[in-house]
Amino acid sequence: MSDTGTSPAPASRAALLAVAQAVPDPELPVLTLGDLGVIRDLRVGGDGAVEVDLTPTYTGCPATAVIAGDVRDALRRAGADQVRIRTVLAPAWTTDWMSEAGRRKLREYGIAPPGPAGGPVKLAFPVRCPHCGSADTREVSHFGSTPCKALWTCRSCAEPFDSFKAL
Amino acid sequence: MTGIQPLAAYALALGDDALILAQRLGEWVARAPQIEEDVALANIALDLLGQARTLLSYAGQVEGAGRDEDDLAYLRDDRDFRNVQLTEIPNGDFAVTMARQLVFSAYQYELYTALRNSADETLAGLAGKAVKEVAYHRDHATQWVLRLGDGTDLSRARMQAGLDQVWPYTEELFDPADPASQLPGVAADPAALRPAWHAYVTAVLSEAACREPEPRWRSRGGRDGLHTEHLGHLLAEMQHLHRSHLGATW
Repeated sequence: MSDTGTSPAPASRAALLAVAQAVPDPELPVLTLGDLGVIRDLRVGGDGAVEVDLTPTYTGCPATAVIAGDVRDALRRAGADQVRIRTVLAPAWTTDWMSEAGRRKLREYGIAPPGPAGGPVKLAFPVRCPHCGSADTREVSHFGSTPCKALWTCRSCAEPFDSFKAL
Repeated sequence: MTGIQPLAAYALALGDDALILAQRLGEWVARAPQIEEDVALANIALDLLGQARTLLSYAGQVEGAGRDEDDLAYLRDDRDFRNVQLTEIPNGDFAVTMARQLVFSAYQYELYTALRNSADETLAGLAGKAVKEVAYHRDHATQWVLRLGDGTDLSRARMQAGLDQVWPYTEELFDPADPASQLPGVAADPAALRPAWHAYVTAVLSEAACREPEPRWRSRGGRDGLHTEHLGHLLAEMQHLHRSHLGATW
């Protein structure tokens, strides 16, 4: 970093991206947006305007608007005056983009992390209970408290739990 | 809405299907037979609403008259809606709703599978995302049709009655007359979706020990703005707040 401090553009892209990636998910605050993989790109224009490509997890997920607002606020606090959020649908978000750290944090939080994506029914990969680790679990409902989760229960410890749907 | 360009009309038709069915499914919240079904039907409605928002926003953008998703959802009257009548008919009992979910989600699955290859980036992008969501909707409906159809005498009779009630509205989904025919390479030809749709639903019906209904009449006209008397009532509830407080923000 030079001490003139007048041309922030090339060096600050990485810093701004890190700021955006570190924003917590509003529904699952243990995860950052970087863990989720929803920030697809960030560009700094010649005029210093910052443009962020954001992909929604589900098309109707109400958290998408909150996420956009949180990213805008975080970037403004980091010194970006002009922030534009672009919603990008393609390529479609997949749980395969979730980081290993994100999967570990989910499990610690009490939510079973997603298995490999590919289809709605994956019997080959048992969903493990995030409380006791048992693979003797069953799906109660495909759908849960948010679009990205399904409702499961554990036969070993009898606890219900959320499972992040592979998508 | 007559005379608008085919791409805007196409996005509007698909968006209206999703929007109206989302509104219908929302009526189940707090009334479904199990709390898990309240949650499931609300989730499916939310996915459909997300698809509708993308499609209506796009229709407004292509139209170029400055209308956004809210203008299109809240400020059109029933004759300007382009949804098929299947999506607007009342929910009936749970079996009727599941029969409609089977029909519609199996249709949307084929639709979005085809649209993933659309030459239009927005439609292809939405389709790639929505097809994954719709796979869950289709699986949900399938499991219920199997459970009710292959259940007790009473549940089978009611599942069959639900199918009988919904079936006259199915053919409208595959009518070639909608704007799709003017958009080769961009739209999915509705008639071409029917074989795969039919193979899927008949396999489910057969496993559920239900028969495919042979209705003596069929619905027509939704894509031209001709609707059942039920749509106006649905819109009254959906649009009332927005129209009573025009321009309100919060």
